[in-house]
Amino acid sequence: MPEIRNFTLNFGPVHPAAHGVLRLVLEMDGEVIQRADPHIGLLHRGTEKLAESKPYNQSIGYMDRLDYVSMMCNEHGYVLALEKMLNIEAPIRAQYIRVMFDEITRILNHLLWIGAHALDVGAMTMFLYAFREREDLMDVYEAVSGARLHATYYRPGGVYRDLPDVMPQYEKSRWNSDADIKRLNANRGGTVLDFLDDFTARFLGYVDEYETLLTDNRIWKQRLVDVGIVSPERALQLGLTGAMLRGSGVEWDLRRKQPYEVYDKLDFDIPVGVNGDSYDRYLVRIEEMRQSNKIIKQCVDWLGKNPGPVILDDYKVAPPPRASMKSDMEALIHHFKLSTEGYCLPEGEAYAAVEHPKGEFGCYIVSDGANKPYRLKIRAPGFAHMSAMDELTKGHMLADVVTIIGTMDIVFGEVDR
Amino acid sequence: MGNSTSPMIEALQAEISSSLEDKVQNSTIAFNELTVEVSAENLVDVAMQLRDTHGFDQLIDLCAVDYLSYGESEWDADVSGFSRGVKNKDDLFNFDAKPDKDASSDIEAGRRYAVVIHLLSVKNNKRLRLKIFCDDNDMPMMDSVHSVWNVANWFEREAFDLFGIIFVNHPDLRRILTDYGFVGHPFRKDFPLIGQVEMRYDEALKRVVYEPVSIEPRVLVPRVIRASEGTRDVTEADD
Repeated sequence: MPEIRNFTLNFGPVHPAAHGVLRLVLEMDGEVIQRADPHIGLLHRGTEKLAESKPYNQSIGYMDRLDYVSMMCNEHGYVLALEKMLNIEAPIRAQYIRVMFDEITRILNHLLWIGAHALDVGAMTMFLYAFREREDLMDVYEAVSGARLHATYYRPGGVYRDLPDVMPQYEKSRWNSDADIKRLNANRGGTVLDFLDDFTARFLGYVDEYETLLTDNRIWKQRLVDVGIVSPERALQLGLTGAMLRGSGVEWDLRRKQPYEVYDKLDFDIPVGVNGDSYDRYLVRIEEMRQSNKIIKQCVDWLGKNPGPVILDDYKVAPPPRASMKSDMEALIHHFKLSTEGYCLPEGEAYAAVEHPKGEFGCYIVSDGANKPYRLKIRAPGFAHMSAMDELTKGHMLADVVTIIGTMDIVFGEVDR
Repeated sequence: MGNSTSPMIEALQAEISSSLEDKVQNSTIAFNELTVEVSAENLVDVAMQLRDTHGFDQLIDLCAVDYLSYGESEWDADVSGFSRGVKNKDDLFNFDAKPDKDASSDIEAGRRYAVVIHLLSVKNNKRLRLKIFCDDNDMPMMDSVHSVWNVANWFEREAFDLFGIIFVNHPDLRRILTDYGFVGHPFRKDFPLIGQVEMRYDEALKRVVYEPVSIEPRVLVPRVIRASEGTRDVTEADD
């Protein structure tokens, strides 16, 4: 009788379903996975070490590039840690703006996730649907920060600037006729908030469209139901957070349990799964999009009624308004000192975490009193999720690996840092 | 945010000091967060106890810190501004000419490497920071907590890769983030930011070659330590 041995299969690092640069060494018995050994680090840029050589504010931009599909949430975690150590609090309007953008980011993240996940599993159309809505939200990003992805919008003590009064409009071009322009600009006549208001009214219908395509889809269910089951006990042991934890039935959401900013004033629900499989996690994330939509709507209403400052009036940490820099010597000096040397944090250490779309994103800062962090540790949810890969895939078929990578919502920018 | 210490944190501190007794070397509350320092030999015991009796069911993060150059600044800044004493410092603008420091000559034994563990209790909604200093500065070692919280596996691999901390009883202590065949531990403070080697494709050899880095290290913004707001003296009248 011939000897049958396991064989090793290399999955990635450039595989379309590997969500970036994942090299997965799979030990297979036929088509069944015996052991999965993810090799990560192909996108390691040493963000934490780079941050040690820069004044605090210069690292905000690096945070965008960690999980590059939920940019502002990363910034939020970092900025919260800074604020904790500086013992400052952003003005209330800035807190609402941050919460609104966190939820916009959550929808952006989940849209990309569902598009990519469905594409991996075989549902091509979802990707096109998801990107249609992402476009609107990225326009909001652009309107407020000038960048569609890497916003660098949050600052310790608030946000860089207030929401603009007008929503940018499409201009006539070779590709768009007058009729197209009119249609595209139909909801862009007012402010950014009006545009978002219109978006929140439309978005629930879009989520229903996604559900029509997927939730009862036979193929979708065959690929997701009972794949990658995690029990609540194992989920805690494996360090899963966010939708990965809630999918297993653990009701844990930092926005509720350890509220930051104004989450305790807002009305929203935390969806929780039952079986802990990929399908439940899909349902959890779909519902999270609806809840995020609800939060955005509440923020839009509040922000429309309550003007006010969006950054702290403390020139030791936040630069003075540009206009005063032109006429006031004191303001000029403050601006100069802040943009060259930056500010010093008191000696000590602090950890601040936010409920990132993927899980708990936290920043641990050790300061020795200097204008640069002594040590910055970024706790990325994807890193812990990726380490559970072996346990989740064991005993599944090769095709299920793709489902499990998809359901973990892996982005290598944050796994590798 | 309110950084005043909440009574809940104080209660947790009391609860932990009374149950861990002399295993706690030090416990402090700062920024409304509790940090408990334990020794490396007690770590696994303490971890078990924290998980089973105090409900810390999740390890959120594990990372290492290298305290080699803690508190060193590249530019003296006394309370009234930068030092202008150019004369008595020959190399004011050469930030890279650091005194050749023997890895552990300047720093107290057992105080160079620390491992910091962030714990979360989903059950009780509490957080705790554990800090463990490694006894040996030249070969930092400590026990793995992988058996207590399985998630520690990769976090410990990361700390090993970046700081060279050896976790005893770890099931699979390999490098994780750096390249295959990488030499050194890049997050140590004596590892230069620009690295040791650079890589290029050699047309003659028809393969990738590694060479010592050719770019000059430079400091764009010097590291400055200033007295914090509360202790700042008002000496602006001097100018």
